[in-house]
Amino acid sequence: MSKAWDGAKLAEAIHKSIPDVVVDANGTDIWIEPDSVLEVMRLLRDDAEFQFQLLSSVTAVDYISYFEIVYHLTSLTRNATAVIKSKTGFGRDEARIPSVVDIWRGADLQEREVWDLMGIIFEGHPNHKRIMLWEGFPGHPLRKDLATYEQSIVPEAERRVPSGVANEVEEGQG
Amino acid sequence: MTTQVRTEPITVNLGPQHPSTHGVFRMRVTFDGEEIIDVEPIFGYLHRGSEKLAEERTYVQVVTLTDRMDYVGSMLNNQAYMLAVEKLAGVEPAPRGVWLRMIASELQRIASHLVAVGFLIQDLGAWGTPLIYTMREREKILDLFEMLCGARITNSYLRPGGVFMDAPEEFWPAMNEVLDELPPRIDDLDDLLTDNDIIFSRTKGVSILTPEQMIDASITGPMLRAAGVDWDLRHRDPYDYYDQVKFDRPLHTAGDNFARYWVRVQEMRESIKIIRQCEQLIEPGPIRPEHDDVPWLLRPPVGDAYAAIEHSKGELGFYLVSDGSISPYRCHVRAPSLINLTLLRDMLVGELLADMFVSFGSVDINMGEVDR
Amino acid sequence: MNSTFLDNSLFRNIYCYLAGGSDGCASRGYDTAILPAGFEWLAFAITAFIIINIVINAGLGAVIVYIWGERRILGRIQNRTGPNRWGPFGMFTSVADAIKTLFKEDIVPDEADRWLFNLAPILMVFPVLMVLAVIPFGVGTFVVDINVGILFVIAVTSVSGISVVLASWASGNRISIFAGMRSVAMLISYEIPMALSLIGVLMLAGSMSLGAIVEAQDLPFILVQPLGLFVFLIAAQAETSRTPFDLIEAESELAAGYLNDYSSMKFGIFFLAEFLATIVASMLIVTLFLGGWRGWDPIPSQVWFAGKTVLVLLFIMWMRFSWPRLRVDQILVLAWKGLFELTLINIFVTAILIAIWPDPGMTELLIMSVINWIVFFISVWLVSKLLRPSDYSAPTPQPNRPAYPVATDELPDEVAYTGGATR
Repeated sequence: MSKAWDGAKLAEAIHKSIPDVVVDANGTDIWIEPDSVLEVMRLLRDDAEFQFQLLSSVTAVDYISYFEIVYHLTSLTRNATAVIKSKTGFGRDEARIPSVVDIWRGADLQEREVWDLMGIIFEGHPNHKRIMLWEGFPGHPLRKDLATYEQSIVPEAERRVPSGVANEVEEGQG
Repeated sequence: MTTQVRTEPITVNLGPQHPSTHGVFRMRVTFDGEEIIDVEPIFGYLHRGSEKLAEERTYVQVVTLTDRMDYVGSMLNNQAYMLAVEKLAGVEPAPRGVWLRMIASELQRIASHLVAVGFLIQDLGAWGTPLIYTMREREKILDLFEMLCGARITNSYLRPGGVFMDAPEEFWPAMNEVLDELPPRIDDLDDLLTDNDIIFSRTKGVSILTPEQMIDASITGPMLRAAGVDWDLRHRDPYDYYDQVKFDRPLHTAGDNFARYWVRVQEMRESIKIIRQCEQLIEPGPIRPEHDDVPWLLRPPVGDAYAAIEHSKGELGFYLVSDGSISPYRCHVRAPSLINLTLLRDMLVGELLADMFVSFGSVDINMGEVDR
Repeated sequence: MNSTFLDNSLFRNIYCYLAGGSDGCASRGYDTAILPAGFEWLAFAITAFIIINIVINAGLGAVIVYIWGERRILGRIQNRTGPNRWGPFGMFTSVADAIKTLFKEDIVPDEADRWLFNLAPILMVFPVLMVLAVIPFGVGTFVVDINVGILFVIAVTSVSGISVVLASWASGNRISIFAGMRSVAMLISYEIPMALSLIGVLMLAGSMSLGAIVEAQDLPFILVQPLGLFVFLIAAQAETSRTPFDLIEAESELAAGYLNDYSSMKFGIFFLAEFLATIVASMLIVTLFLGGWRGWDPIPSQVWFAGKTVLVLLFIMWMRFSWPRLRVDQILVLAWKGLFELTLINIFVTAILIAIWPDPGMTELLIMSVINWIVFFISVWLVSKLLRPSDYSAPTPQPNRPAYPVATDELPDEVAYTGGATR
């Protein structure tokens, strides 16, 4: 049976190495500062105390006033799990968080999916493109404020499409 | 004097309409001769927005959406979703219902592996004969599902706390007959395929992935076990009553296409063992909790829950967030098919065109689940 | 006119009916003559036209029956019924397919080189039909028996490789180009073992004429030349690109290979040429190795020939439906490192045996076949040993030796969550 890290204990253990990054802890979950994600995740993977080799899942939830990124981590060697959360995008402006692709490659497609459907920008992601929808799709469908297609259309100038990506995909028809 | 032949790489779009992409999937591949030098997977041709649709349905209605994610593993999808709902709502499942859904999901695992093995051989270029043999066995399992719940592919059999219908009397002899017939058929498959020189030389040593690589890329399931990592959630984190049954985890150490194929064939045998034990352990009783305890319009308390099972393709997880209403506030699927494709580029670069779809097929993906 | 034409019973009957007064006919007891003297050329032209028509149409009819038969047998092998709706036992299914193919829209892609695109199917089907001309189907049943028959067959069939390259290049389709490149590599490689595997037969028969080879087979050459048959069977499969050598039109890789952009009857012609090539290949195997039309009375020689051809076709189908495809590098390795050596061994051994017994009788032939079969088993075993991947070994399950440490280190209880199930 896998065991889960207790949130409070996990927060304490992280605090020993990297002080003042854990905002809150409840049950199995801890909340960390979005800016410190890279630092904390690297610690969780590499430190002998944690050994989280496997990133089970990355997802995001839209809580209207803010977005919450949820990481489910698994340690194969200790058969343990942990849930790390981080709140970002208060006031629904630019929601961004550092990408953990450098730490776990498994985050690659999952972060692209979260960007595509929820509109969270993952800073430093090597291939920050939409995955399910086409480049230029207006808005991000899993956001709670997406009402109808027409309402969600974003003016051309304001679209957050990385430059050149849309054209690049259509090249090379064989 | 040396003459230099001027060559240039050629970029080809394979898909979305291609016989071997297992659905609508597109790869932009750059070849140097027959050798692959770059691959860019392009997803999304089957995206139906299941996660968004789930936010507007009740907890029971979402079951039908999960059927349509991995449509060769519907029962397993149901099971993962139900575990998440039960955890979220604090439902105590009825024992007979749990046994029934274990039987159903193990049958589904056999069916799913049969499809994976059959289509892998098809990708190798066989003229459909092994595929039809595996499909014939799968058909019998689908007939069993029809007896259980009236549907063959999109079952929607599970409900919070159990199943919606008890197995009919004639289900048990029919299931025993299928289980008696299966091992010799799997042996046949072994005779025809595992000992075949062509299959062996085509799959051995192709697209090798190391355990470290795969764990880094969150790859789970038979792919991971083919590289010798003994990680099976049924064993390491038993959900339902998997702690009460005994089974082996077939491991292969090579991590190549052959190992992935081999592990799947062996897992079918283990699933048969599990079903036999479930059949011994199941007892008469209610198949789901009383309606007063678990109403159809479930209103779980505010909170979130993540539950994962060992799907035939890897770890299938559901992350549900409840706001206390009758439908999930957020329903996220940790889809093994999508995440197992993370290393597609590493697998394919350096291999030949002929091995490309074999490696792709050995991941065992299902586009319905990749794009959801 | 070459008098050997008059050995052909069908030709003789028609020709002499038209021009009975000519030299050859008069000596064979014909006296009626419809055409006046001096019009032998017209009689020849009319007869040749009729004969060619009969053979080509018989070939096409055979393809229709073969496609039906193959689908029925494929159905049986795969535990299903196969086509059974249209006609008795579904026999007219292929006819319906042919009619449907005729009525499909003929599409030529924009990027295609129109002229070559249209030329390719014709180039594909011609050589196959030309090979039919030299095959003796029975006693006195052949179109023409030229004295360099085998050379003619090898020369003519090599044209089909060009047509595949033309088709793939002219389509202007990148996926088709792969098929073209593969066909160049494969078809040319396999022509060499195919030609060399027949040298032993030539040495034994002492003639290149297919008719003479059949006559020479007092003992079918399958017994005397097992290695030659083995190589020729494999090479013929590769030349006709059947599974396990179907990488030119590898469905799971290249969709339909060089056929990707062909539609309607152009596709139909390719399809027809492919199936006709298989039939012709099995006819050649029968002619060269299984004693051709030779059999026992009272069954007519043509029936013997057809029966043997069906047997060989069944064997080819069985191979086709059971095995997956080889990779391109493995196919080339098989041709150059395997079959090529086997043909050389075969030529060497046969040459020695012929040197010992220049004019073998039945006893000598039997001794030769025993020696040849021993050589066959030893050499095939040796070559397969050499060609197999060196690390070939049966996979051994290792359930108790995980390569990666899993659950070796327990999470201490003081940090574990106790509030209930978590995953």
